[in-house]
Amino acid sequence: MPDNVLRVENVTMQFGGVVAVNNLSMEINKGEIVALIGPNGAGKTTAFNVITGVYQPTNGRVLYNGETIIENFPKSKMKKLYAGENKGVYKNTIVKTPDQVTKLGMARTFQNIRLFKSMTVFENVLVAKHLRRTSNVFSAIFRLNAKEEQKMREETLELLKLLDLEDVKDELATSLPYGKQRHLEIARALATKPSLLLLDEPAAGMNPQETEELTAFIRRIRDEFDLTILLIEHHMNLVMDISDRIYVIDFGKLIADGTPEVVSSNPRVIEAYLGVAEDAEN
Amino acid sequence: MNDLNKKNSLKSTIIVIACVLAFWGLLLLIENFNLIVPGGPKLFNPTSKLFMVLRKVIVYCLIAVSMNLLNGFTGLFSLGHAGFMLFGAYTFAILTTPVSLKVPADGIFYKYGGSVVHFSLQEAFQAIFGTSPAGERISLILGVLVALIISGAVAAVFAYLIGLPVLRLKSDYLAIATLGFAEIIRTIFQCEVIQLPGGGELVLGKLTNGANMIKGFPTLNSFNIIGENGKTALYLSTVVPAIIVTACIAIIVLLINSTYGRSFKAIRDDEIAAEAMGINLAKHKILSFCVSAFFAGVGGALYAMFATTYQAKPFTSVLTYEILLIVVIGGIGSVTGSCIGSFLYIACSEWWLRFLDEPMFIGNFQVPLLKDGFRMVVFSVVIMIVVLFFRKGIMGTKELPDLFKKKKNKTKGKVNSNAG
Repeated sequence: MPDNVLRVENVTMQFGGVVAVNNLSMEINKGEIVALIGPNGAGKTTAFNVITGVYQPTNGRVLYNGETIIENFPKSKMKKLYAGENKGVYKNTIVKTPDQVTKLGMARTFQNIRLFKSMTVFENVLVAKHLRRTSNVFSAIFRLNAKEEQKMREETLELLKLLDLEDVKDELATSLPYGKQRHLEIARALATKPSLLLLDEPAAGMNPQETEELTAFIRRIRDEFDLTILLIEHHMNLVMDISDRIYVIDFGKLIADGTPEVVSSNPRVIEAYLGVAEDAEN
Repeated sequence: MNDLNKKNSLKSTIIVIACVLAFWGLLLLIENFNLIVPGGPKLFNPTSKLFMVLRKVIVYCLIAVSMNLLNGFTGLFSLGHAGFMLFGAYTFAILTTPVSLKVPADGIFYKYGGSVVHFSLQEAFQAIFGTSPAGERISLILGVLVALIISGAVAAVFAYLIGLPVLRLKSDYLAIATLGFAEIIRTIFQCEVIQLPGGGELVLGKLTNGANMIKGFPTLNSFNIIGENGKTALYLSTVVPAIIVTACIAIIVLLINSTYGRSFKAIRDDEIAAEAMGINLAKHKILSFCVSAFFAGVGGALYAMFATTYQAKPFTSVLTYEILLIVVIGGIGSVTGSCIGSFLYIACSEWWLRFLDEPMFIGNFQVPLLKDGFRMVVFSVVIMIVVLFFRKGIMGTKELPDLFKKKKNKTKGKVNSNAG
């Protein structure tokens, strides 16, 4: 039994002639916080979307807890067009839709907040409990699942308490301040009972103080919920502070990986991403 | 705190049930008012406009709510309701038209030498319960109920088949595809003979009577209890459909408030997020589609009972638009709104604005503009005003109980209190 929770193996994602993610390999071990960084348009979110099943990779595979969950190889039109590496290594096609991936225990948040607008904070989290249901539609209509429903509500309330959202639970999700909406999105992802949490720019649009709070928050949920976390982020303070390891990609290709110290002193990373403006920080 | 919640929910359940019972009682009372108090107001005459409108409203309530489940709660903009209603209505008519009318070669299927369906449900039940008045009554009610359920089921099965390809589409494209399917269904039902590729032919008319009328099946008036002297002893023609429709709407409301209903709303709000939260989009969309079609089928069957005769012709897209209009006026995403919407729409178009179609004289002065067709002009203006001043429909996404949370003093008085 390998202890890496997630293993991304030679994943290439090609849209027409554009190679968005090129031969990306990553390993994420249990309990780690791993950051994926890179300039805008480097393919970070695309990589996320491949892992969570939104896109089917053109080539490569993704393993979760040692089990292949997604695998693909170039087919039909892509056969000629394919510009990536490792052609012919993978022979199977395994497709998972995002809901199946979530069911396996991988939950994600979004770069631009995607809360359920017409619902309250409480309902937003409660919806995420739906996938662990045991009731079918008839037992749900005729309330034969009252016990389960009760349990879902209690668990939701408990989760909101833990994440300091209890006092706003009956407010509309969209009426919350921005920072709280981010917290809520994470809370909603946690309600699916994941073991791996994928955060897509959790600190986007936050001021330094909010970012600091978020850093503490992410650490706390990692410890309290026994999570492994993969995050995409642009705030270097947060990334350097929180990550156990960092992967840097540029133009879809992995250019460096390792601990924050190693990565931040890597000349290629400085050239491609950290740049001169960030020098003050390091 | 949980005990308090339980008590509150128990209390509100009791209130809702009491309201529904009161509503049924009120309907029963006013329908039979002239039997109890002879010479009562003309309005309460069982043949008056009021009851015609009420019955139609009741049927439309169910259809509008079923459409709202799809368009308002799941966010699937579908315009296939006329098609689902057709399935329901035809299934009902075929299953319940008495054998003596449909099987003989000179019956209503005379063009095709009689129907291929050699039984009718209520007569099948009569074989069990006997032909005494009580036995007939039981078999009528059972026959109609079973036929209604089968009508819904047939509509749901076809909705499933249509939904498999169609539900991959989104928004406008879905609307166009479902609209197209509804028209195809209507054309097939009107079709007499289908030429099979092998050279044979399928005489569809033997089942559906082509574009001709089906009549003689139980209507809403069949529920009335006839006394020994041949006069009606108790009018039930409005109460019985009201009970059926309330039960159906109650099921829809229970579904909407269940964990499945919440995931429907999640799909409506944000498909991508819903999928990322583990909601299987295809499965939940088709579930909503089928449930909606089921109740549209039941509604179509009730509509056939209301209309007493039946043919495919009026089930064009215009009917769908009518229902869509009701849903929009009432509020997309509000069950109560759909009920209020259907009441206002039907009452306006069939009753309150009728006087505009007839020339009116005040003394010797003829009021200008009042002539045939003017009603529709006023009606469109009214609708425009509603749309302008209630952007989200009359109720928005609120339900009846939401109104009482704010204005607790306001008493319940709405005809449609059964919805909440």
